[in-house]
Amino acid sequence: MGCDYARTALHGYLDGELDATRSAEFERHVESCRECAKTLEAGESLRSSLQSAGLYEQAPISLRKKVRADLGAATASPVALRILAWRWLAVAAAILLVASISWYAWPRLQNSVASSPVTAAEIIDAHVRSLQPGHLTDVASTDQHTVKPWFDGKLAFVPPVKDFADEGFPLLGGRLDVLNGQNVAAVVYGRRKHLINVFVWPTKEPDTPIHPPGARQGYQWVHWRHQGMEFCAISDVPASDLHELAQLIYQ
Amino acid sequence: MSGSDQGKGPDVLDARDRVRFEQLVLPHLDAAFNLARWLLRSRADSEDVAQEAMLRACRFFRGFHGGDARAWLLQIVRNTCYTWLEKNRPVELMTEFEEELHQQPGASPEALAIAGDNRERLIRALETLPPRFREVVVLRELEGCSYKEIAAITAIPIGTVMSALARGRQRLQRALTISATQESPRGL
Repeated sequence: MGCDYARTALHGYLDGELDATRSAEFERHVESCRECAKTLEAGESLRSSLQSAGLYEQAPISLRKKVRADLGAATASPVALRILAWRWLAVAAAILLVASISWYAWPRLQNSVASSPVTAAEIIDAHVRSLQPGHLTDVASTDQHTVKPWFDGKLAFVPPVKDFADEGFPLLGGRLDVLNGQNVAAVVYGRRKHLINVFVWPTKEPDTPIHPPGARQGYQWVHWRHQGMEFCAISDVPASDLHELAQLIYQ
Repeated sequence: MSGSDQGKGPDVLDARDRVRFEQLVLPHLDAAFNLARWLLRSRADSEDVAQEAMLRACRFFRGFHGGDARAWLLQIVRNTCYTWLEKNRPVELMTEFEEELHQQPGASPEALAIAGDNRERLIRALETLPPRFREVVVLRELEGCSYKEIAAITAIPIGTVMSALARGRQRLQRALTISATQESPRGL
């Protein structure tokens, strides 16, 4: 490799890790450097081969079951109970109660999007609709102090809106949408070159944690309820990215 | 799975920690399994090792004070995998440096386009990479990790992540070109 850029900037550029200045500088360079142009093309081609080959291996159900069983054992293990003094028995009973409620609640959470009035199909439709030209945002702004007040007065609730650009999820804007006949807020975030819709609507259901993702037609979503609001984040980014964003919003 | 450290000692989760664990860590089980699968190159072994890593994560969970839960878990998974490899397949960890001797230019995009059609060929090429390069490629291209996350998971300086990726990609392209030429008709 004779070219300095090939060593210092090319892969950073390919991975979206360069700042705007260095990125622009590299783009100028690559126009005149055949070697870099070729390496960049090869890198992009390799990436698309890797990603389109479906090499990501999801955890088998058997592993999921084993881990859950381990987790159960680690929470209410006989060893843990034995070391508790008598006066802690009440505490132990409470722990067991919570543990068994989580056990009971778990399978229900898995299906909570499917079983709630808003269905997965509607969420996907709304997401796909938003990707049509001109449909993504009613208010396009990366400033949470512009987007949040915009919702005020348009809905009977105020969705949480925060910019997470520092964490890799820049706020892009917001819009009103309709799911199952009710008005919902859609807060739009970016993730590298992808878009994430976070739908928010009020609910009377109790809080549920961010539950394992659903996937269909190449889209993934995560779902949770928190303090009277129901959330569903959907995108074509990896489920782990959605989770990261969900956690940021949850906090 | 030996199960020898299951439930050992009082270092278990209380109910509150368990709920947090389910919210923060458990969703990354796929990521944990995927990394293990590519480091160990075997689904069956990965299932055991990923299970072991999740148990360790349970035990260390009190030491997790927020931040990037996926990177935190993957760090544990990676360490568990390397420990397992050292014990069960030590030879694999020793083959890393000899390839430095015969560097070759990367593949042409055309050759890659041919090779890219074949999933099996991609899997084989990825599996022939030394683990230190394989892991950065998997974390970046399959898991979508940032350089910062890769640095945290693999314990290499962030400045080294890019060069590790550059070399990993170059080797992968070379392996793909070689397999593409081997499988095309003779008489080139």
